[in-house]
Amino acid sequence: MTSVYRTKDGGRIQRGKPLRFTFDGRALQGVEGDTLASALLANGIHLVGRSFKYHRPRGILSAGADEPNALVGVRRDAARYTPNLRATQVELYDGLEAESQNRWPSLALDTGALNGLISPFIPAGFYYKTFMWPRKAWDSLYEPFIRAAAGLGRAPTQADPDRYLNRYAHCDVLIAGAGPAGLSAALTAARSGARVILCDEQSEFGGSLLAETSATIEGLPAQVWLQEAIAELAGNPRVVLLPRTTAFGYFAHNLIGLNQRVTDHLAVPSAEQPRERLWQVRAKEVILCAGALERPLVFPGNDRPGILLADSARTYLNRYGVRPGKRVVIITAHDGAYRAALDLHAAGVEIAAIADVRATADGPAPQAARQAGLPIRLRTTITGTRGGLRVEGVSLAAMDGGPSQSVACDAVLMSGGFTPSVHLFSQSRGKLDWDPAAQSFVPGRSAERERSAGASRGLFGLAEVLADGAAAGADAVAAAGLTPPAPRRLEASGIDLGTDGFLGALPGAGAPGAKAFVDWQNDVTAKDLLLATREGFRSIEHIKRYTTTGMATDQGKTSNMNALGVVSEALGTPIPAVGLTTFRMPYTPVTFGSLAATSRGVLFDPVRTTPIHDWAAAQGAVFEDVGLWKRARYFPRGGEDMDAAVARECLAVRSGVGVFDATTLGKIEVVGPDAAKFMNRLYVNAWTKLAPGRSRYGVLLRDDGFIFDDGVVGRVAEDRFHVTTTTGGAPRVLAMMEDYLQTEWPDLNVWLTSTTEQWAVIAVQGPQARQVLEGLVEGIDLSAEALPHMSLTEGKICGVPTRLFRMSFTGELGFEVNVPTSHGRAVWEAIWAAGQPHGMVAYGTETMHVLRAEKGYIIVGQETDGTVTPDDAGLSWAIGRTKADYVGKRSLAREAMNAPDRKQLVGLYTQNPSVVIEEGSQVVADARQQIPMRPIGHVSSSYMSATLGRSIALALVSGGRARMGQTLFVPTADGEVAVTVTSPVFYDQEGVRVNA
Amino acid sequence: MLLITCPYCGPRPELEFAYGGQAHIARPQQPADLNDDAWAEHLYMRDNAKGAHAERWRHTHGCARFFNAVRDTGSDRILATYETGTPRPAAGDLVGGAA
Repeated sequence: MTSVYRTKDGGRIQRGKPLRFTFDGRALQGVEGDTLASALLANGIHLVGRSFKYHRPRGILSAGADEPNALVGVRRDAARYTPNLRATQVELYDGLEAESQNRWPSLALDTGALNGLISPFIPAGFYYKTFMWPRKAWDSLYEPFIRAAAGLGRAPTQADPDRYLNRYAHCDVLIAGAGPAGLSAALTAARSGARVILCDEQSEFGGSLLAETSATIEGLPAQVWLQEAIAELAGNPRVVLLPRTTAFGYFAHNLIGLNQRVTDHLAVPSAEQPRERLWQVRAKEVILCAGALERPLVFPGNDRPGILLADSARTYLNRYGVRPGKRVVIITAHDGAYRAALDLHAAGVEIAAIADVRATADGPAPQAARQAGLPIRLRTTITGTRGGLRVEGVSLAAMDGGPSQSVACDAVLMSGGFTPSVHLFSQSRGKLDWDPAAQSFVPGRSAERERSAGASRGLFGLAEVLADGAAAGADAVAAAGLTPPAPRRLEASGIDLGTDGFLGALPGAGAPGAKAFVDWQNDVTAKDLLLATREGFRSIEHIKRYTTTGMATDQGKTSNMNALGVVSEALGTPIPAVGLTTFRMPYTPVTFGSLAATSRGVLFDPVRTTPIHDWAAAQGAVFEDVGLWKRARYFPRGGEDMDAAVARECLAVRSGVGVFDATTLGKIEVVGPDAAKFMNRLYVNAWTKLAPGRSRYGVLLRDDGFIFDDGVVGRVAEDRFHVTTTTGGAPRVLAMMEDYLQTEWPDLNVWLTSTTEQWAVIAVQGPQARQVLEGLVEGIDLSAEALPHMSLTEGKICGVPTRLFRMSFTGELGFEVNVPTSHGRAVWEAIWAAGQPHGMVAYGTETMHVLRAEKGYIIVGQETDGTVTPDDAGLSWAIGRTKADYVGKRSLAREAMNAPDRKQLVGLYTQNPSVVIEEGSQVVADARQQIPMRPIGHVSSSYMSATLGRSIALALVSGGRARMGQTLFVPTADGEVAVTVTSPVFYDQEGVRVNA
Repeated sequence: MLLITCPYCGPRPELEFAYGGQAHIARPQQPADLNDDAWAEHLYMRDNAKGAHAERWRHTHGCARFFNAVRDTGSDRILATYETGTPRPAAGDLVGGAA
């Protein structure tokens, strides 16, 4: 089937290779080289979507990344559905399935279009004005309504099955944009021996040259020169060419984010390839050759399907062999539209009228159009359009008013001139300058090592652009420390189109009933902007947010400058004084898949496991996450729930023996002649007199006096400490130690090594712990005399070297067996086997928490929150009183740190022993006071204690130690719970058991 | 992401580093000799410069050493990096000779 809209020859498509595709279920045909947009236009289809707010029928407006209307969903299979793709950038493949969005029940009949009838009642700021009160209605009524009405595409519901990869790269020169400027820059840089990366968002390099039919470069037709330029670059091993790759973000210090679409254009993507690849390129120098975007004109009814940008129409004709219609009206403020008219005329399209809003048009293109007999009307504008799902005609009238004349057509091409694409430059925090002659913002002072070339800095003549690209290439190469080649001017012939244009709204845009769109994607009209200025908005940043102009996913590519023009005229303020809103990354939307790359599923975050992990898993342990670690929380037997398992594990440890995997505890080896001096300066404790073979509970403060970490520290030798930290605190403790050692006390001869992963730690706790280990150790005397509480020794266990600590976090006789990690599992299993005759249980972190709470041992981060001093936590005994200084000592001398009403650690007994208070609950003195009550403390730990047969809680309560025996209250949703203040040590207060 | 030149390793991406706050704040030799105000000044008060700011960085995922950098807080340009314990470079010795 040959469409009447497809030309017989010309363009970069392959007419002999037809491709089948569907749009909203309708079977259609395109050809290889088409985009979805060009294929739809070749089938005479302009209507592709409904507008966001009014659900007005909308057609294809542009041919590129600036497209605000033709947003489609493309489906490969149930899991592979991508919404909100610009049809202008979707390459056609055989079997492509696309659907329109934001319409119900169908594109042609959309009930949402009723919004159009009530549009006088949906002015700018409608949501702000309407959905204000009653407050209750927001959750139940307003938000669901807005969300349902405002849907833009739908998200796929299944997990993304595709692969995405991430690549880091470095180069001398990165060039964003492979139009004439970018190619010229790349040739210059590559010939200097620079490492070059050249990327372009399109499937083919060439930019505007791809739609060029008459221009020549160095005596060659532009497209022949293009082919040779690409071949030269492709043959240079120091050049990386990346088509289908958008430079979407410009980050600090010349880090550029590139999004490469690897397989989206393929009918059958290879399983070997990722769908997309994220490139993070650190470039020595950057050249921005992003080109320019054509501006629409703002006239009443400028959004009907069939109305598109003039240069885009020329691209469709010359590159894709597609006529936008049979009879077109052109409205322009720029000579480029004449060039489009001439090309269309030559392709057999009837030019019904060229309305030029300017008073004169004497450039070469208008002259040629005149000679070709095209009907030109100067100082003429469009005051209205008609048609339903497709434009059928326009009303032309003089710019200064007067009667209008109706002209029939099936397409309207418009050109308000070109806006340099300064998005990446602006993202780099470069300063934009206002060019009054070109009425454009152009790149000014750079913030990064970059320069712009070609149309992206307001240059449009082909020879000029090529020369500018070459100069930028030479400049970048020199800045990167290489020698650029001698400058060489490329001869080029191209038609001079000038830099005329129009900013703002044409006459009639504000007329009653007129809808002259400024922002197509967010449905913002000139009137909306005028209303905002009448309501007192002055800053463009406020007007943007109030009207939502420029806030759609196209980031106002086609609309921002016209919005500025409207506001500037309404306020009587020049455009540079109105200002410009901030450009942000991404230039065009980037998939989450691309940004996440391989960081998903098990690779989302590292998982740390101990050598005993698999054993615990095989025993049916339930795990919890502690930092990155997986820790066994409890070991349920025969359908036990957590409470039952924990109760059983606790009683077993108190009455017999339990084994616990403490491998995750942080471990730092502090070594050197000054090790004791270093520990003295850092920890609150006194270390000098601690004999080798003995250990101490260490408390580490920040210099503000608050508890930072804790852990048992063993002195292995005069010059060697085995420091343990909390599981989550190991990295920050080591960082703090390194900080003081490197920056405050570089004179100390001390070495710090993280040994967390070198040791597996097996805690054996309970009255029978000694009997279990006795048969396994060699050369170690486990007796209370030889190895008292808080001591350590070295020797062998199960034939493996061990650092064996006598210590306890349970209050029972206990040992912590440190063995090299590689032997952890074997030693654990040997201990387990030796423990079975003693009824040994394996217990998890939950039981560990209960056992230590029964003894009033704190957990940093649970009993402490960064505002707790050693005295608050009842740890004053640990402080080395005679030390002149340690980290935090000076702060502890502050008056406020010793105030009697500070929150202090106490125990709480609920008066009903079966009630377990919720952790984090507030504590009050008087439960009958008015809400909000005055809290005097909070509950930090709360458990059911099987040992005591009742609940226990630890709390930090104002002046708590002076409140022993007092009744306080914990307010809950179900009423207050009465509690009695008690010692935080609930069990074996004399510490008999631990010293057994 | 900043590109930071570790004085020991060379230019590396920011994600290898940890920020360490303002540089050249020495912990007093005898904190006990300071009154509360002076101690609070040492603990809590920091410059909030717009422009050149001397600050500490640690090449955590590299050599693990602390060093100092002068960074322009307005532009994020790193004007100098130098070893801990060496004085802040004079303005004329910074990249671009600025600030």
